Amino acid sequence: MNNTYIFIGILIIAAVTIALRALPFLVFSGKRKAPQFITKLSSLLPYAVMGMLVVFCLKDISFTSVGTFLPELISAALVAAVHLWKHNTILSIVAGTVCYMLLVQLVFV
Amino acid sequence: MSTMKTLHNTDTAPDNSGTVRRAFIKSLPVMAGYIVLGTGFGILAYSKGLGLIWPVLMSIFIYAGSMQYVAVGLLSSGAGFITLALTALAVNARHLLYGISMLDKYKDSGRKKPYLVFSLTDETYSLLVREDENKRNNNPGFYLLVSLFDQCYWVLGSIIGVAAGRFIPINTKGIDFSLTALFITVAVDQWCEGKKHWPAIAGALSAVICRLIFGPDSFLIPTMLAIVIVLSAPDIFERIRSRRRKGAGNE
Repeated sequence: MNNTYIFIGILIIAAVTIALRALPFLVFSGKRKAPQFITKLSSLLPYAVMGMLVVFCLKDISFTSVGTFLPELISAALVAAVHLWKHNTILSIVAGTVCYMLLVQLVFV
Repeated sequence: MSTMKTLHNTDTAPDNSGTVRRAFIKSLPVMAGYIVLGTGFGILAYSKGLGLIWPVLMSIFIYAGSMQYVAVGLLSSGAGFITLALTALAVNARHLLYGISMLDKYKDSGRKKPYLVFSLTDETYSLLVREDENKRNNNPGFYLLVSLFDQCYWVLGSIIGVAAGRFIPINTKGIDFSLTALFITVAVDQWCEGKKHWPAIAGALSAVICRLIFGPDSFLIPTMLAIVIVLSAPDIFERIRSRRRKGAGNE
């Protein structure tokens, strides 16, 4: 891999990320208040975005063969179950990830 | 490195070491998560050929967990710069909302503001968004320390990860599921604490529908548009109705 390419790539991602984080503070600084519409939306959005991100992570599953969706679904269900049970983020993540790695490396090869 | 400088240059170095201790305690819930996820990121990045240095630089200068995972895949497959920018835009757009809800909180933070804004990740946001019961924990100096502790964990995890990838031979296939698992735990937490569940369902459902229509590589931006429309719909209806009522009253 070309170092210049990676460097510019990282720079672009960093710039976009910083811009997104800074934009609200630049736009609504001083006397200009964020309109009620925006604040209301921002209170609901985190929930919707998390739903979206879960789907985003599972975007490449396909139902053409068991090996391309079962490991994901089993592991995802395990994460949710362990998390509902213990409410311990690290435990849930480790359990789900280890389960998934075992499934794709040993069971559904 | 740059983050350490920020700490020393600003006069946050608190007169009582109590602030540092309280900030450290506040940041503890994020510590294990960031070290584990950072390690996962480091292992993944190293296994995809990003070397030892780039992953650590990403954790210092991008500092956005999910995007860094996504970026490893994109960079290692040689994605174009426009794709990188658009994906960063889509994956990190939620940071706009964090900023909006922290406007008041970070209003008078002066020289600490740039770093506070830069380091506003999902986890740091979730730690700081609520008022702390301890009044002494509601000031910019405290916020800065918590933010800084969090990034230290993340960078430390990345270093452990690339080192593990370099020196311990492990089959890392499937390690990227840690990201999926993280999002599921956050979604479950939100589901349990929130009274309204429809925004979460709306978000997931919009994503599934857009995934089916637009395919796996370009559904994030349509999904976000759909989410904004669906979430603001009740508000817009309410406004139209009240305007109509007013109109009827005037007649």
